[in-house]
Amino acid sequence: MSEAPLLTATGLHLSFGENHVLRGIDLTVHRGEVVALIGPSGSGKTTLLRSLNGLATPDAGRIVVDGGPGEQVDLTFDGGPRRAWGRAGRRARAQRESLRDRSAMVFQHHHLFPHLTVLQNVVEGPVQTRGVPRTEAEDRALALLDRVGLADKRDAYPRELSGGQQQRVGIVRALALQPDLLLFDEPTSSLDPELVGEVLTVMKELAEEGWTMVMVTHELEFARAVADEVLFLDDGVVVERGAPAQMFSAPRRGRTREFLHRILHPLD
Amino acid sequence: MDVQLFTDSFWPLVLGGLTGTIPLALSSFAIGLVLALGVAMLRLSAHPVLAWVGRAYVSAIRGTPLLVQLFVIFYGLPSLGLTIDPWPSAVVAFSLNVGGYAAEVIRAAILSVPTGQWEAGYVVGMSRHRTLRRIILPQAARVSVPPLSNTFISLVKDTSLASLILVTELFREAQEIAAFTNDFLLIYTEAAIVYWIFCTVLSFGQSRLERKLEQYV
Repeated sequence: MSEAPLLTATGLHLSFGENHVLRGIDLTVHRGEVVALIGPSGSGKTTLLRSLNGLATPDAGRIVVDGGPGEQVDLTFDGGPRRAWGRAGRRARAQRESLRDRSAMVFQHHHLFPHLTVLQNVVEGPVQTRGVPRTEAEDRALALLDRVGLADKRDAYPRELSGGQQQRVGIVRALALQPDLLLFDEPTSSLDPELVGEVLTVMKELAEEGWTMVMVTHELEFARAVADEVLFLDDGVVVERGAPAQMFSAPRRGRTREFLHRILHPLD
Repeated sequence: MDVQLFTDSFWPLVLGGLTGTIPLALSSFAIGLVLALGVAMLRLSAHPVLAWVGRAYVSAIRGTPLLVQLFVIFYGLPSLGLTIDPWPSAVVAFSLNVGGYAAEVIRAAILSVPTGQWEAGYVVGMSRHRTLRRIILPQAARVSVPPLSNTFISLVKDTSLASLILVTELFREAQEIAAFTNDFLLIYTEAAIVYWIFCTVLSFGQSRLERKLEQYV
């Protein structure tokens, strides 16, 4: 790919107190690419994903998001104080917001707004923060809801939906922001097994349509089918990266092999 | 028991409640809530000085008797050249008081909303302020209705203290009737009954409001 990558993260480090969660992570995502982050819990994959969206602030490293002219976001993290006030705080906040404007996150626990209907959940972002007129935002929201088969739930409240429906609304809420980059944080991990399929189906369609996606997932079969690149993280570093076919059938590293074996043959 | 005196006094007492107690409680509560939201935000601030100011305010209000606060404002401030009429003095004192107590309720309610709701607000592009206003406060409001209703009902009863700075309200009315008729037991018991009626009606309103809010969370 000759085009500049959409997102380039280099040398990301992040600690929570004594706990060094990210230890120098590099990640490149090209437009239209689907990247899957796999690894044991506590390996840093969710923290990495949150760093890409400004929900976590690395202590060191650099994140560049390419865009149209004048739209480049280039953040260097220098471990400055993460205060929420004063000039340093305002600068840090502006950085997080510029990063956030380019991407949208789908959470493990959907985090839909419980006091708003499905339709209100979806248009809240575009209307409040992107200046889209309400009627236009609603038209677009309904089209997206229709795509995931939930147009008839427009006036329902989130608690009236099944887990799979909630997560599909979560995906639509992210799509409505028209982000360059979709981030998924284990979107099926908290679902009942029979509801996983409907969410993965939507994600697969998005991948086929050319959305750029980074996803943390334990669904290895899904990653194999959909991802262009898989990164195996363990203990805050990328142990191995490669095309899913190669990685899953012939992992080069012992740690990758052990992890895949534990997941694919849990009873051995 | 002097039934005639009881029935003759009933409407003057209710009227004293409707024109004194309830307006005093409502206006103080409204102003107090705005103040409380501000104090709650100070308490939640990451800035140590602001957080300290919020803590100090709550501590001062909760650590001193309401009657003393009322007297400082009405009888104390004139020596600084600041004389305030009875009614506004009472509103100021009760508002400041509600501000302290309700601040803790609001703070707890805001903290009870899951972190994920803040993050979801950020993800759809909202600032901290907008997330607070559009996502967090509506959910916190639901949680804080029962404790805030209790604060309000306490306030309705506490407004009787305003009789001591000459505000005409339910209890002041009772004192005047009692002094005139010398039947203290009857009149003060009747005043208690009228307060009880007001508070019972308010409790009923509280449970209706709670049921209404339950619909969507």
